[in-house]
Amino acid sequence: MSLKIVVENCTVCGACEFECPNAAIRFESDTYIIDPSLCTECEGHADNPQCAEVCPVPDTCVAA
Amino acid sequence: MNANVISLDGLKVASRDDLTKAIESQGCESSSCGSSDAPEDMDPTTWEKVKDHPCYSEEAHHYFARMHVAVAPACNIQCNYCNRKYDCANESRPGVVSERLTPEQAARKVIAVANEIPQLSVLGIAGPGDSAYDWRKTKETFTRVQQQLPDIKLCLSTNGLALPDHVDELLDMNIDHVTLTINMIDPEIGTKIYPWIFWEKKRRTGLEAAQILHERQMQSLDMLHERGILVKVNSVMIPGINDEHLMEVNREVKARGAFLHNIMPLISAPEHGTVFGLQGQRGPTAKELKKLQDACAGGANLMKHCRQCRADAVGLLGEDRGQEFTMDLVPEEVTYDASKREAYRDWVAEERGERRAAAETAKAETQAAVNPDAEAMLIAVATKGGGRINQHFGHATEFQVFEVDNDGVRFVTHRRCDNYCVGGYGEEDKLELVIKTLEGIDTILVAKIGGCPKDDLAAAGIEAIEDYAYEYIETAVSAVYRAKNGLPAEEAEIA
Repeated sequence: MSLKIVVENCTVCGACEFECPNAAIRFESDTYIIDPSLCTECEGHADNPQCAEVCPVPDTCVAA
Repeated sequence: MNANVISLDGLKVASRDDLTKAIESQGCESSSCGSSDAPEDMDPTTWEKVKDHPCYSEEAHHYFARMHVAVAPACNIQCNYCNRKYDCANESRPGVVSERLTPEQAARKVIAVANEIPQLSVLGIAGPGDSAYDWRKTKETFTRVQQQLPDIKLCLSTNGLALPDHVDELLDMNIDHVTLTINMIDPEIGTKIYPWIFWEKKRRTGLEAAQILHERQMQSLDMLHERGILVKVNSVMIPGINDEHLMEVNREVKARGAFLHNIMPLISAPEHGTVFGLQGQRGPTAKELKKLQDACAGGANLMKHCRQCRADAVGLLGEDRGQEFTMDLVPEEVTYDASKREAYRDWVAEERGERRAAAETAKAETQAAVNPDAEAMLIAVATKGGGRINQHFGHATEFQVFEVDNDGVRFVTHRRCDNYCVGGYGEEDKLELVIKTLEGIDTILVAKIGGCPKDDLAAAGIEAIEDYAYEYIETAVSAVYRAKNGLPAEEAEIA
């Protein structure tokens, strides 16, 4: 149960890293990646995954 | 009509020799420098804050340069005129940037620029992204720069949604200029501009989004004003959506204490990939923009010298030297050398006093020589800065337009002639473009112009005059006005 970032769509703005309540998102080799072992899809924290809510590009933070 | 525009009011006519000497020595050799008192329409505290800020003072924009660093790319709202994926080094418009910097890189770049461009007085963080939302990076950048360059003005631009959370930190850091982008005070109109905002763990859309954004923007404005931080409000003029509404915005932001209101034309084209661009939403014409600005007379002071620069722009407002300072060109270690900037400031202090005195004299001479009812005139000038006519026609990427009448000389706007891709086109095509750019203006003052373009301009009904090369803009424009309205220009020039 985790999300992933579609690299081709990512604008590398970092808003997802900023909002992630689990610190599961980090910058690595020119893009942001989600650590599946830390991602909870924000269950218990918010109604929807925060990375997908804040991401400016549609369909970029999607189910892994 | 332009009474509420911040303008340089006043100057003295120096002789040509004095001026040439001053220019050659890059310093003021005259002992008759006038006082550099604040313009009459500003209290001294405010003048002190804005006098070196090119975006807040029309006069300062002739002398001082700004730079933007793109360190805060994360944003908490989506605007229909913004496409976050866009990046082109040849485009000049807000939100466009070629490289993003870490706060450490940005601080290094600022020092490198300060060493090379002594006119530098302001560091701004203006996107892409929102400086107040991506606050950690904004704050770290400002802190690093302040440690090494304590006298640089720090400035940020934000949509206001996250700003109320950081206003007191701004105060602690001595940041006394903030730009808020406010496109509406009616959330119904906001729904046509903002598809969504991210607020308290949720993406909000429609009226709810616009309502929250509006309330936070007003709260930001009030909080900044209460703390004595100068606020410039930027509004994007979008025909058919908020154009008429911006008059209400102007009144409201004035009532809430905004220092300056900058109404900017929407820049929109399908290739930008923005919602408005793809929908075919057009930007306003120069005429429509001027009409709206005139209709706002009596409200908040209007900024008319905005160049809608890139988010990584470097230099005087009319120029962008960003390409000279990309990170690969900035050394790993740079040490700040304060001497150049200090020398430049001393020079400006004297120079601007002289210019103000010269404008004052020119105004008095015009009043003595010209019928008060004589019609106002628009005159374009080619300038590289410093308030003088000092640019070759062929090198100009923009012309500054001044209005002159019995009441003096006022900056009206600039007209750009570089905002089309000119690569691959001949010089003649460029000239046609310039002629189009100068629509409604029949006189242009330049430092020099070639015979061919001069003739071509004349054929299009535009007179290019070189006689006032290197003189103050106000002196030259007044002399031309007097010449057209009775008094011979030579007499006026020598006075």
